[in-house]
Amino acid sequence: MNAPPITTASAESPALPNRFDLTAAIKDGLKTALIMLGLSIPILAYKTDQSGGDLWLSPRWGLVAILCALVFGLRILLHAFMATKAAREATPSPHQATEFVHAEPNAFQKTSRFAIPFFLGVALAFPVIIYFIQGGLNESRYWVDLGILILTYVMLGWGLNIVVGLAGLLDLGYVAFYAVGAYSYALLSTTFGLSFWICLPLAGILAGFWGMILGFPVLRLRGDYLAIVTLAFGEIIRLVLINWTDLTNGGAGISSIPRATFFGLPFTSGEGGFAQTFGLEFNGMHRIIFLYYLILALALLTNFVTMRLRKLPVGRAWEALREDEIACRSLGINTTNVKLTAFAIGAMFGGFAGSFFAVRQGFVSPESFNFLESAIILAIVVLGGMGSQIGVAIAAIVLVGGPEILRNLTFLQAVFGSGFDPNEYRLLLFGAGMVAMMVWRPRGLISERSPTVILKERKAISGSLVKEGHG
Amino acid sequence: MEIFVQQLINGLTLGSIYGLIAIGYTMVFGIIGMVNFAHGDVFMLSAFIALIFFLIFTTWLGISSVVLALLFVLVIAMVLTSLWGWAIERIAYRPLRGSFRLAPLISAIGVSIFLSNFVQVAQGARNKPTPPMIGDVIVLFQGESGYNVALSYKQIIIMVTTAVLLTIFWYLVQKTSLGRAQRACEQDRKMAALLGINVDRTISLTFVIGAALAAVAGTMYLLYYGVVSFNDGFVPGVKAFTAAVLGGIGSLPGAVLGGLIIGLIEVFWSAYFSIEYKDVAAFSILAIVLIFMPSGILGRPEVEKV
Repeated sequence: MNAPPITTASAESPALPNRFDLTAAIKDGLKTALIMLGLSIPILAYKTDQSGGDLWLSPRWGLVAILCALVFGLRILLHAFMATKAAREATPSPHQATEFVHAEPNAFQKTSRFAIPFFLGVALAFPVIIYFIQGGLNESRYWVDLGILILTYVMLGWGLNIVVGLAGLLDLGYVAFYAVGAYSYALLSTTFGLSFWICLPLAGILAGFWGMILGFPVLRLRGDYLAIVTLAFGEIIRLVLINWTDLTNGGAGISSIPRATFFGLPFTSGEGGFAQTFGLEFNGMHRIIFLYYLILALALLTNFVTMRLRKLPVGRAWEALREDEIACRSLGINTTNVKLTAFAIGAMFGGFAGSFFAVRQGFVSPESFNFLESAIILAIVVLGGMGSQIGVAIAAIVLVGGPEILRNLTFLQAVFGSGFDPNEYRLLLFGAGMVAMMVWRPRGLISERSPTVILKERKAISGSLVKEGHG
Repeated sequence: MEIFVQQLINGLTLGSIYGLIAIGYTMVFGIIGMVNFAHGDVFMLSAFIALIFFLIFTTWLGISSVVLALLFVLVIAMVLTSLWGWAIERIAYRPLRGSFRLAPLISAIGVSIFLSNFVQVAQGARNKPTPPMIGDVIVLFQGESGYNVALSYKQIIIMVTTAVLLTIFWYLVQKTSLGRAQRACEQDRKMAALLGINVDRTISLTFVIGAALAAVAGTMYLLYYGVVSFNDGFVPGVKAFTAAVLGGIGSLPGAVLGGLIIGLIEVFWSAYFSIEYKDVAAFSILAIVLIFMPSGILGRPEVEKV
């Protein structure tokens, strides 16, 4: 037993081991800045401009200088931070030996109990709040549209979370099922005239069916091979949608898809429309608000089903599979079937979201379903913390809503010039965010896990104690 | 017959580009067991570096000999892309050793998204055409219907460069101490470290070599097609990964062989079946190979230890 000696105060503590060394920091900073210069020499320093077939270069050394200076400064700051952190870690804290399995619920966990009802309340009341803030139905259109967009991604994130977060299968082709759902509704409604309410479950079933067809051969593969094969399937489906022009009208897409009805009442101004039946004045916003509540209901359904499934044997098998596949197999779990259910159920929710997408847009084309879309949904799941429902919702709000809100901040345009559009940098930040998340917080923003099997009392487990994805 | 020979030449050219990229995938997979998803985008980035330096050399410095300019471009692109490869490994992959299994792949996807959008933001979203470089062809023989089977100087340059660099690279891996260290790390990283090999440095060098070969592929791609855009990394990247898997991932001759096969399949598929579905063919091969023969043609079957 050689526990570290517990020193009470720093009265006699010797010179701290990793003192902030300015010359070393500057040296290192210069080195990093030099690497940054090397990285940015052609790509940033010269921009290729073109008119017609001619290309010429316009130098931008100012930008490179700013970036190098920035990297230099950040590196020195990092050194200073590490020095203090090292100093903090060098003095042992009295509670160092205790593990944090039985840690008291921290501030976050205490507030998170109220966070869920709060978010739910905000989501339910959102159109009303916006109505009063903006002062009118037509004025609030932009915000309700944004709400619909965010909720679509929340739903997709929750759907993918079943596959990635719970079952631990990295699916890079999730957008394929979104596409299957969207095209199912588009084709069934335009060719057979089926209504949205019949097509919605059909689209989900079809997408789930496709999930099973695609999943069956690939689910025996190990994790990263599985990811690549799902990516390949996603791309194959998109390319088939582009090239099978007889069925899908190719790259031009399918337009004039029938709109959703209020359980049979169309949102039209005339006789028998939604507005007239309820004695309201006709307004196009009724449909938008209806769509908002529709996607909210669908997203909550996804969440509800997921939470319930987690408590069923199949859900426990998913999480067990994520933790240790070999142990699962030795305990007699049919891993292929368990993976297949996760894949199919995730695909089904993707299909629901897809048919909602089609009914909202009134238009679908293969370009909406490229790999980038899969990557965005995956980024939402990864950044939110794989397996955490509330984390995924927060990540979707931040990643989808964030750039939109940034766009409306006028002072950013004053800083970066008038043509500044944060949406251009959105994917750049997504990519960097995914890397940063894996490096610093591989469990995501919300990294705690609430176990589904409880003995006597409910305890939160720190995500770092959960050993995911080995085996 | 004439069409067949012509397509064979085109296929081998394309295949050597894929083979060069595939080596990057297969080496990284061999040494740390991760799919370096960002490798295709490193390739695209190198094509941009080559494009910019080609413009600098020809328009600003006034080097009139295209071959000389290309040689300089090739060397500079290799150096700068290696730096990118090194930096990516250092920032995005090295901290993840010992993290959960899918972490490096997710990180690599992040790098891939970052790189393609970085180039899009920095260079614009439009296709970048290069000034015509080398247009001459050698007519090998003329068919009866007047169809000329031609071998262009570009194709000769591409194949010769590929062959020369592969030889150098093969020598590096087989005969030098660096190559020995690398093969040792591939077999058992812990044991190699115990025997005094700097494992981190070896892994870094693997990324550097992979990126340098990707830069060769990028320069050749630019020379061959004369146009590059920010999203050109994805599909060639996936095809090169398919090549690596088909040849047996972890096996270097397998990567080159797989690259040639994929190049030939793509070209013949486009010529004889349908050009629209050529990418579908490549993706299908990837899925089929991974499902039915995951150890590829020249690879060793993987044994899972508990």
